[in-house]
Amino acid sequence: MSTVLETRGLNKRFGAVIAAADIAIAIGPQEVVGIIGANGAGKTTFINMVTGYLKPDSGAILYRDREITALGPRAVTRLGIHRSFQIPQIFPELSVFDNLLVALGIAAETGITFWRPLRTPALTERAEEILERYRIDEYRDQAVGVLPQGARKLLDIAMAMVGAPTVLLLDEPTSGISADEKMAMMDTIMAVLAAAEVTVLFVEHDMEVVARYARRVAAFADGAIIADGDPDTVLGDSEVRTTVVGPELHRRG
Amino acid sequence: MGGGGRTIPALLVTLAVLLAVHPMLPGWAVNMVGLSLANGLAVLGLLVIMRAGLVSFGHGLYFGLGSYGAAMAATFLGVTDAFLMIAIGMASAALVAFVLGFLMARYRGIFFALLNLAFSMLLYGLLVNSAVLGSTDGFSMPIPSYLGYAPVDATSRVSFLLYALICVLAFAAALVVHRYLQSTMGYIGEGIRENEVRVEYLGASVRRAIHIKYVIAAAITGLGGVLTVLLIGHVTPEDTVYWTKSGELVFVAILSGTGSVAAPFLGSMLFELVRTYALQYAPDLWQMLLGATLLAVIMFLPGGLWSVVRLARRKA
Repeated sequence: MSTVLETRGLNKRFGAVIAAADIAIAIGPQEVVGIIGANGAGKTTFINMVTGYLKPDSGAILYRDREITALGPRAVTRLGIHRSFQIPQIFPELSVFDNLLVALGIAAETGITFWRPLRTPALTERAEEILERYRIDEYRDQAVGVLPQGARKLLDIAMAMVGAPTVLLLDEPTSGISADEKMAMMDTIMAVLAAAEVTVLFVEHDMEVVARYARRVAAFADGAIIADGDPDTVLGDSEVRTTVVGPELHRRG
Repeated sequence: MGGGGRTIPALLVTLAVLLAVHPMLPGWAVNMVGLSLANGLAVLGLLVIMRAGLVSFGHGLYFGLGSYGAAMAATFLGVTDAFLMIAIGMASAALVAFVLGFLMARYRGIFFALLNLAFSMLLYGLLVNSAVLGSTDGFSMPIPSYLGYAPVDATSRVSFLLYALICVLAFAAALVVHRYLQSTMGYIGEGIRENEVRVEYLGASVRRAIHIKYVIAAAITGLGGVLTVLLIGHVTPEDTVYWTKSGELVFVAILSGTGSVAAPFLGSMLFELVRTYALQYAPDLWQMLLGATLLAVIMFLPGGLWSVVRLARRKA
């Protein structure tokens, strides 16, 4: 099987803390990988390294067999690896619609314009489509800063999806969302991502969400991957149950 | 970005009115309108970077480079054409901004503001110590010609030609900046002000965008400097690059608000009016009046005077 994203022996330390220990994972096209692990297990560090925000101390990151370890966020984004954030990274004073327009304008094939208005009929239409697809059209003209967390999360992901990435990394897409809204939100997200044929890695604390949406699960502990495979096997693994699943249940209670 | 569609027609009408009323205006009023528009241009330059969340406390640097660039070309290089002076003044400002931009684009907030101040003080020091440029007294420049035509009535510096030129250039600059702010690069400025991380993760370079905005801002502020020196015919370091001039530009920018390209001109006009009358009738209260105005704007109109216009429009 060809790989889209691969890491080889990634290591990262912050002082005495080992945030990544020899992480090796190969992900094929259109896989949906759930990343689980207790707080501090190195999940976000992994995402930050893959998307160029952090440089690993050693190891390599490959995208379609091309090494991208040294690239920064912008270059990684341009290649087709996009991400969303645990805390949505959006433009709080702009409306939902304008947030999407900016994203569309930057990703547009015409390049970044200086004279032609951003608000063209073509981009406006695409923004409207996105609003509907992510079910956030009711917030169209509201400033993003005042939106409910769920809508902000969806917008963050919608903006990451503008520009048609090959790989999308979601950092805790359902954090801060009430338990009864989580599944509906994930349904919306996963339907869009499946239709777009994107390879997905998502960090998630809720094991029900992981079991329902992941086709493969990688469990992190102390910066290392301790189990990697199909969800039933990984979630049933005794080490995973004690280091990840158990504490998560405790955390939820 | 509401009301953007009405900006261009409104600016066109204003331009027509300004040109039409010229014969009816007394000399001092013509002068004042010209100076306000030239100063408004300088503030318009500042608006370009302020929309990206950056304030420069040293934009007098570019105002001065425009003024000195044009005046030196006229006095020392024998340039007589006003259009050539404008090109030289704007190019001087833009070129220096292009070089300094590599450094400026790395800084934000107070560091960006004060780094600009630092460079403006360096230029001030250079000018003050330059005997050939008249040191603190500055120097005068000859009355320019316009594409070979030299105004015969040289008794008044401010011929209709110069007045019209300033009006048209102010209009043109406002139009260009308006279009620019509506473009993707313009919107990226809003993005940078709101969240740089997202801009980078959308695939755009924040530094490059700031650099570009910085050069555009400098060129427009430089244009304001050139037109001011064409009006006054004399240039001094204190009226151009000194920190009080930079402070005045920031003051007017905050007074005006950054909501529209028309705001800087409106604010400048008001500022010039109040300054003229206050200096005449209450010279001792002038500074206090400025302070009180700024206080009132910050507390009650954080969007500047432009928010009053916007409010009136919404009610209409």
